[in-house]
Amino acid sequence: MAERKLMKGNEAIAEAAIRGGCRFYAGYPITPQNEIPEYMSWRLPQVGGRFIQAESEISAINMVYGAAGAGARAMTSSSSPGISLKQEGISYICGAELPCVIINMVRSGPGLGGIQPAQSDYFQTVKGGGHGDYRMLVYSPCSVQECVDLLYDAYEKAERYRLPVMILGDGMLGQIMEAVTLPEMKDLSALPKKAWATDGTGFGDTRRVINSLYIVPDELEAMNHKLQRIYDEMCRNEVLCEDYLLDDAEIVITAYGTVARIAKSAVDILREQGIKAGLLRPITLYPFPKDDFAKVMNAANVKEVVAVELSMGQYVEDVRLAAEGKKPVKFYGRSGGNVMSPEDIVDFVLKEVK
Amino acid sequence: MAKLTINKELCKGCGLCVTACPKGVLGVSDKDTNGKGYYVVEEVDAAACIGCAFCATMCPDCVITVEK
Amino acid sequence: MATVFEKPSFLTDVPFHYCPGCTHGIAHRLVAEALDEIGAQGHCVGVAPVGCAVFAYNYFNCDMQEAAHGRAPAVATGIKLTNPDNIVFAYQGDGDLASIGMAEIVHAATRGVNITVIFINNAIYGMTGGQMAPTTLLGQKATTCPSGRSAEVNGYPIRMCEMLATLDGPSYIARCSLADVKSVKQAKKAVLKAFQNQKEGKGFSFVELLSTCPTNWHMSPVQALDYVKNQMTAQYPLGVFKEV
Repeated sequence: MAERKLMKGNEAIAEAAIRGGCRFYAGYPITPQNEIPEYMSWRLPQVGGRFIQAESEISAINMVYGAAGAGARAMTSSSSPGISLKQEGISYICGAELPCVIINMVRSGPGLGGIQPAQSDYFQTVKGGGHGDYRMLVYSPCSVQECVDLLYDAYEKAERYRLPVMILGDGMLGQIMEAVTLPEMKDLSALPKKAWATDGTGFGDTRRVINSLYIVPDELEAMNHKLQRIYDEMCRNEVLCEDYLLDDAEIVITAYGTVARIAKSAVDILREQGIKAGLLRPITLYPFPKDDFAKVMNAANVKEVVAVELSMGQYVEDVRLAAEGKKPVKFYGRSGGNVMSPEDIVDFVLKEVK
Repeated sequence: MAKLTINKELCKGCGLCVTACPKGVLGVSDKDTNGKGYYVVEEVDAAACIGCAFCATMCPDCVITVEK
Repeated sequence: MATVFEKPSFLTDVPFHYCPGCTHGIAHRLVAEALDEIGAQGHCVGVAPVGCAVFAYNYFNCDMQEAAHGRAPAVATGIKLTNPDNIVFAYQGDGDLASIGMAEIVHAATRGVNITVIFINNAIYGMTGGQMAPTTLLGQKATTCPSGRSAEVNGYPIRMCEMLATLDGPSYIARCSLADVKSVKQAKKAVLKAFQNQKEGKGFSFVELLSTCPTNWHMSPVQALDYVKNQMTAQYPLGVFKEV
């Protein structure tokens, strides 16, 4: 039964993952996502799942590699410095084509940085992060409810394409409390058997090998082409994007995650002042909503685009790529854990945009 | 009475079986090579074999089957 | 006539890629014989390391996962917790287990996770071309300590069994050698015990096997066995360090 509750973002994420089928979690404490492992530690055993506090982020992602390989719906979570440590394992998981879910509640960097919200892991997340040619399905929810909704079906997506699904949140999303409607627990007994999983039954011709080593160049290239075909299919099917007041917009603000909520308020203020502003919000960061951006960049009414982010100019690079020089793209970013207000965005638009 | 079957194609001629044999049954050939170019092990005194399987115990490539 | 020795069914027909005389092959066979003996067929998953034994996933006749360098105990933990009734083992070398994977092995051991770890100690990085390992002996030459390992420059070799035996988690810790027939027979018993323990739910079991690397030691295979007997066992004494 669906139920409505007031929940902290991190706890809602943990519960939604479990209801979506997560039965194995390995993680390591790091602020601001600690409520996820804490919640998992008591909640997973209630549903027959396994929680393990790993000795490191590296170990945690490799436990996920093992569990996902053995067929479990597995998950890990962390925040920026911890996600950096996980990159080795993420690359192996992508190379071995294993489905899993990874949560990154981004904090500000570089280095140890701070524990306040940021979006400075954008490049790391959508451009690869670890070594080798790989991609993940990356969601950037803007509310606790959207986190829950995206996570609930994340395992179906991960298993369809056999790759990790990453939720790119931030400290704000993890820490705020919002009312959420929780979906009912998924029936895992109805799921099809994973023929590729190392469930132990393999012997002779039936044995399975989970591996990312290809010594012969032609074989590795063929593998990379295969992965690319999977990513292309994902790009055709999985793009999610929200648009707000774009029909007559002259100034289009674009932002993702929690920043998009702030930007939406800025759009409303600008509209009250008679300025035709609109918002384009990618929900998937990979695949990037190229077609939605193309529409904006080709629209006669649009004069200028403003990319707003909690980083020093990462997301804006993809926006400029999508613009193909057709519209001017301005950048407004904050960093260090500072979060802009709607008024800050309005001021920027009034000052910098014609 | 014991019998050794040596899978010579898999033999790398390392000689660990030769030193393990207490009866001097085996030797590494100085003329017989396999497809990989290794000088392979051969029986130089098959009749002396007692079937102790020491040779197979030390063989890193599971080349030798022992019957008794 | 009855067959008294043949290749165990837990090894596939794929020929080993190891150098002539490398005792990895003996270690593989002992693991396969133990798995045959406890009847693990149809409920077994192995984890291959990075290094010379990386292709172990081609050799063991069961489901296999290849782990990143040093992470095999973490991967094996994930596999075991997902299907606790399966026999799960990790097979690792000294660079993999005692250097880059030190955290993983120590914590798998202290957690007492019910897996079996086979540790091949040949005191060198084989696959990468003979660099100094955490277990390289003092005075032993390697490509990154060409005039021999010096305590002053490189520190001392690590004794894994002794270290892990200080923990409360493990149920069985033993060190054996593959240097001669008698030692291999003892090693066979230890490896079998490490798997029987898992089958009986006794918890983390660990067998270190002193092994050779004729190629990177620049010795003949027979000389390499003598080096294990005369040099390695002095630094790494054989025996059972923990048995619960």
